[in-house]
Amino acid sequence: MEQVTIPAGQLRRWRTPQEVAALAQRARRREVLTQTMIYVLLTLISLPIVVPYLWLVAAAFSERVSYGIIPSGFTLNNWRFLWVANLGFVSGTAGRLPNIWQVVANSLVLAVGTAAIVVVVSTLAGYFISRHGFSRRAGFLKGALALQAFPGITLLVALFILLRSLNLLNSMLGVILVIAALHLPFALFVMKGFFDGIPWDIEMSALIDGASRLRAWYTVLLPQARNGIAAVAMFSFLWGWTDYIYVLTFVLRRSSWTMALYLNSVIGEYRFADYGLMAAVGVFYMIPSLLFFLFTQRQLLQITLGGTKA
Amino acid sequence: MGRIVLDKLGKRFGVVEALRDLNLEIADAELIALLGPSGCGKTTTLLMLAGIYKPTSGQILFDGVAVNDLPPQDRHIGMVFQSYALYPHMTVFDNIAFPLRLLRRPVDEIQRRVLEAAALVQIEALMDRRPSQLSGGQQQRTALARALVKQPTLLLLDEPLSNLDAKLRVLMRAEIKHLQRRLGITTILVTHDQVEAMTMADRIAVLRDGLLQQVGTPDDLYYRPANTFVAGFIGSPPMNFIPAQVETTDGQVAFAAEGMRLPAAEWTAPHLARRRGGPVLVGVRPEDIRLSLVPGESAVQGRILDVEPLGRELVVAVTVGRQVVVAIAEHGFAGKPDQPVGMFVPPERIYVFDPTTESAIV
Ligand SMILES: Nc1ncnc2c1ncn2[C@@H]1O[C@H](COP(=O)(O)OP(=O)(O)O)[C@@H](O)[C@H]1O
Ligand SMILES: [Mg+2]
Repeated sequence: MEQVTIPAGQLRRWRTPQEVAALAQRARRREVLTQTMIYVLLTLISLPIVVPYLWLVAAAFSERVSYGIIPSGFTLNNWRFLWVANLGFVSGTAGRLPNIWQVVANSLVLAVGTAAIVVVVSTLAGYFISRHGFSRRAGFLKGALALQAFPGITLLVALFILLRSLNLLNSMLGVILVIAALHLPFALFVMKGFFDGIPWDIEMSALIDGASRLRAWYTVLLPQARNGIAAVAMFSFLWGWTDYIYVLTFVLRRSSWTMALYLNSVIGEYRFADYGLMAAVGVFYMIPSLLFFLFTQRQLLQITLGGTKA
Repeated sequence: MGRIVLDKLGKRFGVVEALRDLNLEIADAELIALLGPSGCGKTTTLLMLAGIYKPTSGQILFDGVAVNDLPPQDRHIGMVFQSYALYPHMTVFDNIAFPLRLLRRPVDEIQRRVLEAAALVQIEALMDRRPSQLSGGQQQRTALARALVKQPTLLLLDEPLSNLDAKLRVLMRAEIKHLQRRLGITTILVTHDQVEAMTMADRIAVLRDGLLQQVGTPDDLYYRPANTFVAGFIGSPPMNFIPAQVETTDGQVAFAAEGMRLPAAEWTAPHLARRRGGPVLVGVRPEDIRLSLVPGESAVQGRILDVEPLGRELVVAVTVGRQVVVAIAEHGFAGKPDQPVGMFVPPERIYVFDPTTESAIV
């Protein structure tokens, strides 16, 4: 055995209680500092996003906007579009703004219709793709992803011709089908990810316990995919609610206007720029988005695009 | 009742042959274990019995009737998965009630039978919990209650104890065995743990790479292993295998290997006669070896490599020539590493195998 000697001066020793206390204090102070810096940084990053929204809310309840930017004086008058039936003329087209509740109803039809189609199709297809290996599944998934990557706007002309030949121009159903189809790949991936996370054992167990395949699917699997369904429903509702370009292109009747078009005409074509009205319509337009994100943060965090099994 | 016959049962997954030509008869109320290392086709066999996988060849007969095409829900089987496969969004009560609700039993009957099943495995106090609020042992009991509640004709247990800690495993081993005897349900237990199979099963079927190696009682497998795989798989620490030559001097048959000469039992002589001078594989179980520290007393001399105390006994590794032989010594054995040691093996406790076919010779 080789003998190892440690020079006397280098002998290691434990710290004294005073030293331990000092070191612990230093570690604590560092931690507080790091925390503070993280908060400051996050606040700075989110300021440019949050400030315009705050301004919008403030302006919606203000009498005027001084110097073109500072809102002042409290009023509900900006919200008169909710109860005054004929708000005014829209320049150029010489038509009146349509009734807001008609517009809300149109938007809801569009959003709920889109959500219904996307949820049903992506849940069924996501399950099938997750569970059944079929030839060229990987190719199918890549294709779906690629579709999602192209900007839908490049398809406008083709879609216009398609809808016209199907006699779906000027109808909400046509727009619903277009929006649902364009966003299905994303929803499909989300749902496939959720089904991938559910063990096969549970499904097999349900069959052995006496369930039919269909029964096993909706009593045992669907409840596991609940959060995925909620997330997909929420996203597709908002895709429908916020859509502008497809309604603008495919629906020509004023009576079929949705919120996005209504807001656009308030902003762009109103005779005199009325910031208060614009802000109020804007806030009104954002309400569903805010509600959804407030109530479903938990589900949102669970979304995965886990495609490893492909 | 619950008599099962597997007739040349086989299953392929593409190029992988998970199970080949399995012939097995299981008597009513029997507890049979499917034993083998991971990946040998045990779960595949269970899932074919349950109707989840379709056999690619052969037949499954329940009481003489071929059921290959019968869907799982019509087979009247209870199964406990290795993962337990409890339904996470249902309470313990709802999990156990699930099979009965599917049978559309009246509410009061469901209530009564769920509580009975829960009482069998002592989880009556947990009925309102979710699976995520249960310990591993409680989850396992819930899975067992769910499998038993519809009074199945056949109970399938896939590695039911592998996720439990050692102490609970011993307890559940006894409980499951007791429950099975009491209810008289034909049961197939899948395990990779030979102790589990030996202690629980009436008979054991040993599988390797999808091929059946041997079926028999625990004693059959321990005392009369059909080949080196079974011999090495049953028993712990595993059997020692020593390459040797068959020698005959003065009508006495012995096995000669580097540094040792082991006399064969007299009754084996006729079986070994035609192998004279040929190679064999000698198998010796660690628990059959007697160690002695008194020099010159034993036929085989070795040197102690390592001693592992296990409390009641010690596992002693001994080098003989270039071979390492593992033996079990009783509590109080005083040998230390590097010390010379003598070994004695009773001739009637020696197993002999053919080195090429690996089958038992005597
Ligand atoms: N669904 C499947 N698809 C493809 N191969 C499988 C499948 N299930 C099992 N196998 C293969 O069959 C063999 C036996 O598997 P399994 O029955 O699960 O083994 P065990 O339960 O004995 O560990 C393994 O090689 C495994 O990879
Ligand atoms: Mg297995």
